[in-house]
Amino acid sequence: MKFSILINEGPYTHQASDSAYQFAKSVLAKGHEIFRIFFYHDGVNNATRLTTPPQDDRNIVNRWSKLAEEHKLDMVVCVAAAQRRGIVDEGEAKRNGKDATNLAPGFRISGLGQLIEAGIQADRMVTFGD
Amino acid sequence: MTTKKFMMVNRKAPYGTVYALESLEVVLIAAAFEQDVSLAFLDDGVYQLKKGHQTKGIEMKGFEKTYGALEDYDVTKLYVDQESMAARGLTADDLCVPVEVMSRAELGKMMEEQDVVLSF
Repeated sequence: MKFSILINEGPYTHQASDSAYQFAKSVLAKGHEIFRIFFYHDGVNNATRLTTPPQDDRNIVNRWSKLAEEHKLDMVVCVAAAQRRGIVDEGEAKRNGKDATNLAPGFRISGLGQLIEAGIQADRMVTFGD
Repeated sequence: MTTKKFMMVNRKAPYGTVYALESLEVVLIAAAFEQDVSLAFLDDGVYQLKKGHQTKGIEMKGFEKTYGALEDYDVTKLYVDQESMAARGLTADDLCVPVEVMSRAELGKMMEEQDVVLSF
């Protein structure tokens, strides 16, 4: 089966991103396909490579990057939500005159159309958040 | 393009969190993709449609007018949960747009018919 995943909450405050990660791993382990993972609202905060949790805690951002690399996942961050919260890649930095970038490897910034397409293309869209 | 039935389920008050505003964004994009879009309002989400949003005091952009503009995007399926309205002392007359008021069971049936349900 082909899944799309929507993550609506940021890391560490809310379990949404952790649950989505466990779900994604299980989906892949069972031989299913993930068409896209879309990060929306505070969920875009899962995509900053500047995250530095204590050493005995999980690194939620790196964990996503690693999973994306291993399975060639398409992880998309909503551009409007990212701009509001300071999640920046090189293109966005240039466009908006910012002096730094922080988008973690494996993520890309794009529009809400990618969420709708994810809903169209997948057999199931699974949302993580309140 | 494939047309699927998308339902945005709105459960939160309009300005305490960003979700109501973002739900409208998704609705407009889904409409632009020519999808079969509907909106459901339940729990505190019914407050999103209440007439007379006044947002000056909280320094937020008001978006009541957007609900009225949905028709221009061919989005006309607005479903409101009767129980949620009654619990909050609201009737359809208090709302800023025409809606279809339905029971929880009917709303549940509508959800079952959807291809994609996004909850905000």
